[in-house]
Amino acid sequence: MSGQVAIVGVAQTRFQSEKRAQNYAELVHEVVSELFRTTGATHDDVDNIVSASSDFWDGRTISNMAIQDVVGAYMKSESKVSSDGTLAVLYGMMRILSGQYKTTLVVAHSKGSEGVPNLIANAAFDPIYQRQLGIDGLSTSALQARRYMEKYGVSEEDVALVSVKNLGNARKNPYAQVAGEFTVEEVMQSGYLAEPIKKLEASPISDGACALLLAREDIVDRFTDKPVWLKGVGHCQDSYYLGDRDLAESDALAVAARRAYTMAGIDDPRREIDVAEVYDAFAYQELMWTEILGFCPRGEGAELIRSGVSTMDGTLPVNPSGGVLAAHAVIVAGLVRVAEAALQLRGEAGEHQIPGAKTALAHGSFGYCGHMHCVWILSNEK
Amino acid sequence: MPKRVAIIGSGQTDHTSRRADVNIPELIKEAVDRALVDAELTIDDIDAVVIGNMEHFEGINLSDMWASEGSGAVMKPAMKIATGGTTGASVAACAYYHCASGLFDRVLAIGWEKLSESDTTTGIITAFDPIVERLTLAGAVGGLAIEANLYMTSYGITQEQVAKAAVMARKNAQRNPHAHLKLDLTVEQVLNSPMIAYPIHYLDMCPTSDGACAVIFASEDVARKSANPPAWVKAAVCRHNHPYIGDVDWRKSTLESAAIEAYRLAGITHPRRELDVIELYDPASFALLSWIESLHICGPGEGGKMIDTGAITMEGDIPVNPSGGVISTNPIGATALIRVAEAALQIQGKAGARQVEGVRTALATGFGGSYWSEVFILGRAS
Amino acid sequence: MSEEIIVRRTALRIPYSWAAGAHATRFYREIADRRRIMGTRCPRCERVLVPARKSCSRCFQDTTEWVEVGPAGVVTSFTIVHYSEPRIQPMEPPFAVALIRLDGADTALIHLLGEVEPSEVRTGMRVEPVFADEPKGRILDIRYFKPVSVD
Repeated sequence: MSGQVAIVGVAQTRFQSEKRAQNYAELVHEVVSELFRTTGATHDDVDNIVSASSDFWDGRTISNMAIQDVVGAYMKSESKVSSDGTLAVLYGMMRILSGQYKTTLVVAHSKGSEGVPNLIANAAFDPIYQRQLGIDGLSTSALQARRYMEKYGVSEEDVALVSVKNLGNARKNPYAQVAGEFTVEEVMQSGYLAEPIKKLEASPISDGACALLLAREDIVDRFTDKPVWLKGVGHCQDSYYLGDRDLAESDALAVAARRAYTMAGIDDPRREIDVAEVYDAFAYQELMWTEILGFCPRGEGAELIRSGVSTMDGTLPVNPSGGVLAAHAVIVAGLVRVAEAALQLRGEAGEHQIPGAKTALAHGSFGYCGHMHCVWILSNEK
Repeated sequence: MPKRVAIIGSGQTDHTSRRADVNIPELIKEAVDRALVDAELTIDDIDAVVIGNMEHFEGINLSDMWASEGSGAVMKPAMKIATGGTTGASVAACAYYHCASGLFDRVLAIGWEKLSESDTTTGIITAFDPIVERLTLAGAVGGLAIEANLYMTSYGITQEQVAKAAVMARKNAQRNPHAHLKLDLTVEQVLNSPMIAYPIHYLDMCPTSDGACAVIFASEDVARKSANPPAWVKAAVCRHNHPYIGDVDWRKSTLESAAIEAYRLAGITHPRRELDVIELYDPASFALLSWIESLHICGPGEGGKMIDTGAITMEGDIPVNPSGGVISTNPIGATALIRVAEAALQIQGKAGARQVEGVRTALATGFGGSYWSEVFILGRAS
Repeated sequence: MSEEIIVRRTALRIPYSWAAGAHATRFYREIADRRRIMGTRCPRCERVLVPARKSCSRCFQDTTEWVEVGPAGVVTSFTIVHYSEPRIQPMEPPFAVALIRLDGADTALIHLLGEVEPSEVRTGMRVEPVFADEPKGRILDIRYFKPVSVD
């Protein structure tokens, strides 16, 4: 697949805690319009659509019904991935690789403001053995954070560094919801939500949308002179019951990364990847995921930040956009990781641009404690 | 040209009104185990899993996560697809593109629903826009009744003709060990059953079932070596419509549009002559007459004649729904995948007592959302 | 001039009745009738899975043997929950949620801790179940786990 399909355009809304003036269709209309404005594409150029959204978050069964008209699905093929946006990119690419389609519009939308996040998260735990315990994404992630920190000797200050870095980076990202210049001390004192996770170490829940246009290699020129090539991808699902896993590890991410690296011909991720956007729904996750992605040995994720490797001016900046800590529209956030990686490779990331980035990693995750992972390798060189 | 892909095995539960003896993942595993046995494979042979259901029908958010206890997705690439009634066909399409893309060789497609665990109509009502249409539309039957009435009055189709189709379907179901309603009915019984929404009687309508279906798709090389005769995918086409029911143009059918494209891809010029059997997604019995017109099996308004002459019965020249169809069995997320599985069984000559003689080409459909359609054409020859 | 956006507030009220299946039913019956916590063993990886499962999701094999575990075990991770969501939480915050590996089990059970000050909870702590007086076939038939008394 390597180098047969390219991202030819990306668009995202500004992410906010509540976007009351726009319904789902209007959010998606905003990003599709922007995508068409920047690529010169029209609905006639789009031969199929893959969307990502959630019935639970939208409070609507068949959540993709809402966006049919604005994605131009009338008398076309549209399908909905009910999972992270990174998988919608994968499905969109598969449709092009099959030879049946030339251009896939990939969109994701979510409005966290319209539901009750803890209740929605709690409903992901099975009603036979778990749901009545009142657990949700935050409390179970806290179990993972502690297990990881205790197993690898990671301190709370180490984890706080992620928030300091990412919320600091987010100040340069006009789409971010949360940004600021914080000290480790301020993160440490932001108050426990679920120990050891503190307020400034937990992503906000956002409203917003994101869209990409994928095109087959022979027609990318119609839309852009800066294509971003899809070079490698891997995805993998882990065991459901959290107690079945060692939460300090993520076999699923290791497998997903291996697949993506093999496909893209990456032997040494630390050296060959120029910038990474990883799914840091909580600060500890950036440390865990970057270690398992092979950026550094286990337990040394914080050292990547301290030594300046993963900061904005390092050799492998991680989450220059501010990451998911800066904006977390559920399901959309993984698509935003891909979009941000593409912006970096197009040299269009504005104030948070990493100069000369050629190869980027984008990572999405879904479920709790990384139940599913998807890893993408993108490049501006074919 | 898309790469060649075939179905090499399938499995279904014995669908029924309530499976209290198993929970959700246990139900799913029954179908998966049967599919693996049918294809003479083990779960280790499966490269990727695509699964689908509709979350509000069981109240399980991220339902693919808990489902992984029975789906075989653990430590595999896995993706959830959810598109309403079309879900099963959308899952099949996604599995098809997994293989057609060249990325995967053996992909397990799973559709399931346990409708006994909730109130299905309440779940369906939430499909409509909460600001405009949700307050006035009453689940699935409302829109179908409007369409049925329009069809019957336009062409003078009688209630008796529609009832005959309902009798035929339940009679066919008696030959299918997996079918839910294996009823021995008379036209009078159908006509005397309670009117749910004019002109649809209780016995014209699909039931709600507990059940799961699993289908294994394979790339060309793998399919040629498979234990079963491969059922080659000749076309997989999807067409969508406007999201507001009030905007839907009842004369411009997504099914017809999808069928025309599918016939083009499969090189079919005379559907009635070239198709040997049809597995139609018939949510209510009128569809057995009206929607075969959309498939160009007969001319507009000739659906009534197709049942009067017996053309669509098991003994006719173009049997429709030897399995008993949706009005006999309806675990919603599995329903459209069952159509594909049944069409494959007919191609493979493995349909048992419901086998149509000498099937070389079969068509399966899915229906859902706001009048969306999916069409598959399967063939014995690659 | 900015106009107030209309917001339609509602709740999805959908009734559910979830079948536990035969294995979870036995798991709860053992708690109700014998105050025993049971796991099931996978014949392939030989792990004892708790709570009891009909099949091992990793090996895709049906479990073949019921094994009594615990009832005491060790906390392998925990959190103290400080935020309040009374519509789902069975305890008033701050309260402890823990992963507990029961003696003889190869997996950890996720549950609540009680009869302990949140600040006293530690990884490695030994805990034992406190059963509900009137079991109803639900995970809260174990009310919570409490520290094993040393005396």
